Amino acid sequence: MIELVSNTRCISCGQCVSVCPTRVFDESPSGVPVIARQDDCQTCFMCELYCPVDALYVSPHDHPIDAPGETALAESGILGSYREQIGWGKGRSPGAANDTSYLMFKAMQRTPGH
Amino acid sequence: MGNAASIRSDVELTADVLVIGGGPAGTWAALTAAAQGASVVLVDKGYCGTSGATAPSGTGVWYVEPTEEQREAAMKSREALGGYLADRGWMKRVLDRTYSNMNDLALAGYPFPVDDEGKSYRRSLQGPEYMKLMRRRVRKAGVRILDHSPALELLADEHGVGGASGVRTETGETWTVKAGAVIIASGGCAFLSKALGCNVLTGDGYLIAAEAGASLSGMEFSNAYAISPTFSTVTKTAFYTWATFYYEDGTVIEGAGSQQGRSVIARTLQTQPVYARLDRATEDMRSWMRAAQPNFFLSFDRIGIDPFTQLFPVTLRLEGTVRGTGGIHLIDESCATAVPGLYAAGDAATRQFICGGFTGGGSHNAAWAMSSGSWAGEAAAVYAVTLGGRRERREPKGAGSERQVSALASAGDVQEWTAAVKREVEPFDINLFRTEATLTQSVGRLNGLWRTVQHALAPNASDAVKLREAQAMTATARWMYASALARRETRGMHKRLDYPGADAAQHYRLLTGGLDEIWVKPETAALSRLEVNQS
Repeated sequence: MIELVSNTRCISCGQCVSVCPTRVFDESPSGVPVIARQDDCQTCFMCELYCPVDALYVSPHDHPIDAPGETALAESGILGSYREQIGWGKGRSPGAANDTSYLMFKAMQRTPGH
Repeated sequence: MGNAASIRSDVELTADVLVIGGGPAGTWAALTAAAQGASVVLVDKGYCGTSGATAPSGTGVWYVEPTEEQREAAMKSREALGGYLADRGWMKRVLDRTYSNMNDLALAGYPFPVDDEGKSYRRSLQGPEYMKLMRRRVRKAGVRILDHSPALELLADEHGVGGASGVRTETGETWTVKAGAVIIASGGCAFLSKALGCNVLTGDGYLIAAEAGASLSGMEFSNAYAISPTFSTVTKTAFYTWATFYYEDGTVIEGAGSQQGRSVIARTLQTQPVYARLDRATEDMRSWMRAAQPNFFLSFDRIGIDPFTQLFPVTLRLEGTVRGTGGIHLIDESCATAVPGLYAAGDAATRQFICGGFTGGGSHNAAWAMSSGSWAGEAAAVYAVTLGGRRERREPKGAGSERQVSALASAGDVQEWTAAVKREVEPFDINLFRTEATLTQSVGRLNGLWRTVQHALAPNASDAVKLREAQAMTATARWMYASALARRETRGMHKRLDYPGADAAQHYRLLTGGLDEIWVKPETAALSRLEVNQS
């Protein structure tokens, strides 16, 4: 579930408010979106991918947790890690070009039962 | 709701084609309709590009080289699993269309992987990249997209369906789109189980289609459960091909597996936790899995579990009809429903034509979504044009407006009703291991629930959407179980404990429909292929 909108990183672009399929965020007067409906979060991680400054943290749990703070998340390299893996962002190339599913399928065909 | 069409909406648009749903099927439908010269509006309950089961995930695609040998093997591979309810004519058309659409995606810039020898591989798609590209293509084609704009009902008149109306959840405004043809591509129903990306998939399209008079088909094939870590929403059953399943004490659960052995996992989960470890993956396979589906490892990495070397607890999350094969019934190859002007595509439509009563994962569904979406888009555009000047004079009204409203529902009421539906569809003892007695009792409770929810009215726009979801899930569960009661045999994913074998006399597809009174009947059209060698 979404646990963090970093107000030190957020540039108030509103992308997360727009792209969240279950409308978890609301705009706020400060410009930094607020998590208005955490219960509606389906833990799909899409907001992290669309955040241009890695200001969001979605915990892998399907329920609210006592999440680590921003400093700890940044230090452990978690903030922005999924976006990096997908290869989105300036100077990166799409991870889809490295999709090795075809190698998995080939190996599966060699395995009896597939 | 109800009389939305006669009251002025805040946003009023006119188009040749209205597409409801912006996942793979909806975006292909919008693209192909626009390519025919049609004006197109696409509405999405969430956000076209991130909504639905595909966007946050990765999926194999039923992309098969057009050689006779490979196509034959591809068609044959799932026929028995699906209980011989699929149709080779449809399979061939889907294989052809998927092949050409995937090659079209490459031309449009999808970065398919290329091996050392320069060969491009097109058998899988990564959801975020795929759906970002589809949104860009749809916009470039001149399609007007309304995000966060769930459809609450269809508009219809004596000529058939002529648009839809709904709300914009960001503002609470209402919208109405009058259209010559409407394509429902709003996905299946996973009953808010939090299976990855599935919480927007609550059967809304089934309900509005049924209100307009459409039928459903294959709704007994609606009990797909996916394996996921207990702590996580990431459902990727295919990866558990390389798992061994364990009891808490570390001994192996015999017979448990990702494909045939899911019932063993379910049975075990009824009394104790089940653990998994992907210890059957080779070193190579481990790195391929990571590059293929980064989303699968996200949960593990963040929690600090190595799924290849450490045991982790798993559960089964209901995917309902999303990876079942039931949905809106189609009457021909254009993906038309029996209601003039109404088309259905993707998971919203039945996938029995290519899968019969079983689909193991995303591959066939992805192929079906892009193929059926394309056909529906093309046919809807042509249909809208044939209406000509008559279009302008139509005043279609809400197809759900017959409903009498009796009580104002609070947010708490809606939550309670949603929980009540989930209590009927999530338990393995009702939905997975089916019997006459349990299904009959459940139908009784669901009918009672329907009588309550159908007359409720929500006080505001966002509650109206959740109320509509509760109504749609209740209706969906009733069609599922009425169909499950009618099929007195075991076929495809439909398991009847009281009828454990397949019955050759029931080798037909089942249609269902109705709102207050649910009906079920065998499809009259003969299956094109005889059932063979069922063991």
